[in-house]
Amino acid sequence: MSQKPPTYLGGEYGMRSWLLTLDHKRIALLYLLGVTFFFLLGGVFAVLVRLELLTPAGDLFQSETYNKLFTLHGVFMVFFFLIPGIPAVLGNFLLPLMIGAKDLAFPRINLLSWYIYMVGGLFTLYAMLAGGVDTGWTFYTPYSSTYANSHVIAAALGIFVSGFSSILTGVNFIATIHKLRAPGLSWFRLPLFVWAHYATSLIMVLGTPVVAITILLVAVERLFHVGLFDPALGGDPILFQHLFWFYSHPAVYIMILPAMGVISEVIACFSQKRIFGYKFVAFSSLAIAVLGFLVWGHHMFVSGQSLYAGVVFSLLSFLVAIPSAVKVFNWIATLYRGSISFEAPMLYALGFIGLFTIGGLTGLFLATLAVDVHVHDTYFVVAHFHFVMVGGTVMAYLAGLHFWWPKMLGRLYPETLARITAVIIFVGFNLTFLPQFVLGYLGMPRRYHVYPLEFQVLNVLSTAGASILGLGFAMTAVYLPWSLRYGKKATPNPFDARGLEWTTTSPPMAHNFEEVPVVSTEAYERDEPEVVHV
Amino acid sequence: MVLIHEQASLMSEHGHVLPLRIYFGVFFALLAGTALTSWVATIDLGHLNDAVALAIAGTKAALVILFFMHVRYSSKLIWVFSLAGFVWLVLFFVLILADYETRVPVQGWG
Repeated sequence: MSQKPPTYLGGEYGMRSWLLTLDHKRIALLYLLGVTFFFLLGGVFAVLVRLELLTPAGDLFQSETYNKLFTLHGVFMVFFFLIPGIPAVLGNFLLPLMIGAKDLAFPRINLLSWYIYMVGGLFTLYAMLAGGVDTGWTFYTPYSSTYANSHVIAAALGIFVSGFSSILTGVNFIATIHKLRAPGLSWFRLPLFVWAHYATSLIMVLGTPVVAITILLVAVERLFHVGLFDPALGGDPILFQHLFWFYSHPAVYIMILPAMGVISEVIACFSQKRIFGYKFVAFSSLAIAVLGFLVWGHHMFVSGQSLYAGVVFSLLSFLVAIPSAVKVFNWIATLYRGSISFEAPMLYALGFIGLFTIGGLTGLFLATLAVDVHVHDTYFVVAHFHFVMVGGTVMAYLAGLHFWWPKMLGRLYPETLARITAVIIFVGFNLTFLPQFVLGYLGMPRRYHVYPLEFQVLNVLSTAGASILGLGFAMTAVYLPWSLRYGKKATPNPFDARGLEWTTTSPPMAHNFEEVPVVSTEAYERDEPEVVHV
Repeated sequence: MVLIHEQASLMSEHGHVLPLRIYFGVFFALLAGTALTSWVATIDLGHLNDAVALAIAGTKAALVILFFMHVRYSSKLIWVFSLAGFVWLVLFFVLILADYETRVPVQGWG
C-alpha cells in the first residue's frame, strides 16, 4: 500500500519555504494574509468615518482629516481588497484544482505578482503614515494635480505598482485555462467559477494598463508641466475622468465577476442541482466583461461631458443589466425544486442574490440621466456601490471562504456559529446601507462630515448597522482561525459538492492530484461518477 | 531525420526564427514612419491632421506587433488576443471622441 504524499502545508516548513514558494495554494494563502490585513485597515477607516457621522457636527475630525479618512478607506478597500480579493485568494487556490492541473501556468510569475502587490500596498501604506491623501479614491484632477496638498504621488505609485500584480495574475489565469485543462475537460465542462475568472482576467489584462498609464500621466504633468489635464497648460480635467473610468468601471466587474463565479458553485452544491442555463451563465460572464468596457461615461453625467455622449453611455449602461439579470434568474431557476440546505456558504449566497439585485437595480436609477443629476454625489450613490461591492463581493468572498475553507486548510469551521454570523452580517449590512439610499435621495451629499440635523436619525441607524456589521466580521476573524486548531478534520468532500477540487485530499497535496484526472461528465453532474483516474 | 525533428521542436519552443534582413527592413520602415510623421506635422491638413498622424502610428504599431512580436507567425488564438487589444483601443477612442466631438462650448470659457 503506497503512502499518501504530504499536503501542501506539511511538505516544507519555515519562513523561507513560504516566501519562496511556487505552489499556487501557498501563494493564495499569502494573498489571504495580505488582503485580510488591508481589509482590516480599510475597515478601521470606515469605523472612523461612521463614528464621525454619528452627529451632525464635526466632533472628531477636521474636514481635511475626514477627507483623508474616506480616501484611505476607498483606496485600501478597492485596490488592495476588493480587486485582488477573490481572484488572488480563491482563484489562485482553486483554478488549477478545478481544471485538474498541478499548478498555474507560470508559478514564478504568480509569486512575483504577490510581491508586487505587497510592494504596492506598502507604498500606499507609506503615503498613509506620511500624512495621508485626500483626493478621494478616484484621484480626480485637479485635486490630485494642481491643488494636491497631500501624498498623492506615493499613494498613486502604490496603485500603479499593484496594477502590475493584477495584470500578471490575469495573464497567468488566461494561459492556465487555455493550456492546462485536464483531459476531457472541454470548455463547456468547466465550472462556472473558471468561466468567471477567465472573463475577469480579460478585464485585468485589457483595462489595468490604462489606469497605470493614467496615473503616470498625472505624475508627468505634475513633475514636467506637460499639459494633459490642467486647462492652464492646455489640458482637460475631464480627460482624466475618461481615462480613469475606462479602467475603474470595468474594475467593478473585476470585483463582481469572480463573486458571481463563487455564487454559481455554492448554489449548485447546496441545491444539489446542475446550474440552470449553464451556457447562458458562462457567456453572460463574457458579455459583462465586454459591455463593462462601454459604460464608463455614466460616472461623468454631470462632469461637463457632452449631453450626446451622456445619452450614449446611459443606453449602454442599461445593456449591462441584461447579462447580470441572466445570472440572477438562472440562479433562482436552479434553486427551484432543488434540495436546498442552509449551510453558512449558502446563507451568504442567498444574501448575495438579494443584495446584489438591489445594488444592480439602483445602478439603473443612476444610469438614467435625469435621476442621476438629482442623486449624483449623494449617499444614494454610496449606498448603491456598497450594495454591489459589500453586499455582492464581500458576501460572495465570505461564501467562498467558508465553502472552500475545509478544502484549503483541512478543518471544518463551526457551522452553527458561522450561520449566526452570516445572519448578523446580513442584518448589519442592511441597517448600515439601506438608510443611506434615503439619505441620498433626500439630498445628503457624500464626502461631507457636517450635515443638517434632519439627517441625524438615518445616520445614527447607519452607524448602528455598521457596528453590527463589524461584530459579524470580528466573529469571522475569530472562529475561522480558531477552527485551524480546534475544528474537526475535513474529509475530501464535506459538502457533497461536485468538481475536481473535491476529488483530492483536504488540504490538497503539493501537486494537487495523485494522478492526472480525466473528466468524462458535465460540470455539476449528480447522476454519474464524475471522474476516473488513469 | 532526427536532427530535423529536433530543429522543429526547437523552433516551436523558441518561436519562429526570421532572417535579419526582415528585422532591419522593419526597423528602417519604422524610422521612415517617424520621419514621415514629423514631415506631415509641418503641413496643415485641416481635419485630416489627426487622422493621418494616427494612421502612420497605427501602421508602425502593426509592423512591430506583426514582425518584432512575431504575431504574424503565431497561432489564431494569439491573433484573436492581439486584435482584441486593437478593438479595445478603437472602442476607447470612439467613445471618448463621442464626448469631445459633440461638446457645446460654453460662452465666456476657453
